[in-house]
Amino acid sequence: MSKEWPLWEVFIRSQHGLAHKHVGSLHAPDAEMAINHARDVYTRRNEGVSIWVARAGDIFASSPGDKEALFEPSDSKVYRHPTFFPMPEEVKNL
Amino acid sequence: MSDDKFNYVLRLADNALILSQRLSQWCGKGPALEEDMALTNVALDLIGQARLWYAYAAELEGKGRTEDDLAFLRDAHQFHNFLLLEQPNGNYADTMTRQFLFDAWHYHYLQALCASGDERIAAIAAKSLKEVTYHLRRSSDLLVRLGDGSDLSHQLMQAALDELWRFTGEMSVADELDLAMHGAGIAPDLAMIRQAWVAHVASVAADATLRLPDANSWMHKGGKQGVHTEHMGYLLAEMQFLQRAYPGAQW
Repeated sequence: MSKEWPLWEVFIRSQHGLAHKHVGSLHAPDAEMAINHARDVYTRRNEGVSIWVARAGDIFASSPGDKEALFEPSDSKVYRHPTFFPMPEEVKNL
Repeated sequence: MSDDKFNYVLRLADNALILSQRLSQWCGKGPALEEDMALTNVALDLIGQARLWYAYAAELEGKGRTEDDLAFLRDAHQFHNFLLLEQPNGNYADTMTRQFLFDAWHYHYLQALCASGDERIAAIAAKSLKEVTYHLRRSSDLLVRLGDGSDLSHQLMQAALDELWRFTGEMSVADELDLAMHGAGIAPDLAMIRQAWVAHVASVAADATLRLPDANSWMHKGGKQGVHTEHMGYLLAEMQFLQRAYPGAQW
């Protein structure tokens, strides 16, 4: 077992959820134990049905300084928002 | 017969309660936050199982005693848990080895107990088995990691295994009550459990590079009959203090 316990980020998909959501982080020597720990730390109240763990070091984050360039809303360009199409009833979760 | 069943269910309850009490002593002292939470989770699983067994035992007895009476107002000689479970926590190697040896037994036992002729027992076993499947997965994983870890961790795990081994005999050697319950179609055949347990423990120990002591070596026994090691009295004194000092206390 490795002596280093790096940081892992934990993502859990809830019972009726469609996507994995970030729920927190923990330390573990490897992925297998990170999953076990995630189960003990984050899923004891029926929170989820699936767990992802990823080494925190493998995650790249956007920089707060890029906020305007990346996230400036395009509200003035209505043609960029697909709100003009009627959606059939049968198509759920879109 | 109903007396026998009461005593039998009490054994299952006592095993869960005593190990839970031991594990809860780690709370806030685990070697890492994640391990601390994991041990506490296992302790809570076991206290939940103990409550189910005690509630049923109290019903079987039918003398108006409650699960609390059974847990907090009996003396050491009235407890029927395995000697292994009352052993001190020691270091983390001792605790995880004790856990693994019991989990492996518990898992195979509960699996067989799901087919019990007593519906209530089968139902409690089925519910507990889900939790215990995880306990075993976790303690097996740690046995391998620590056994096949550093020189020091290997040494500590081997020492723990050698020390605790002599308490494993009574888990799978049937006494009169076990035989009577098996005869009545309520309890599994302990000889079968022993086979499964030995095979399971041997395979995980091999992965962990640990040397397994001889399964036929001399073993302590007596826990099931209420004859305990010197640790039991201290454990109960701490656990039962409040009920003893302030009988009937409520808040």
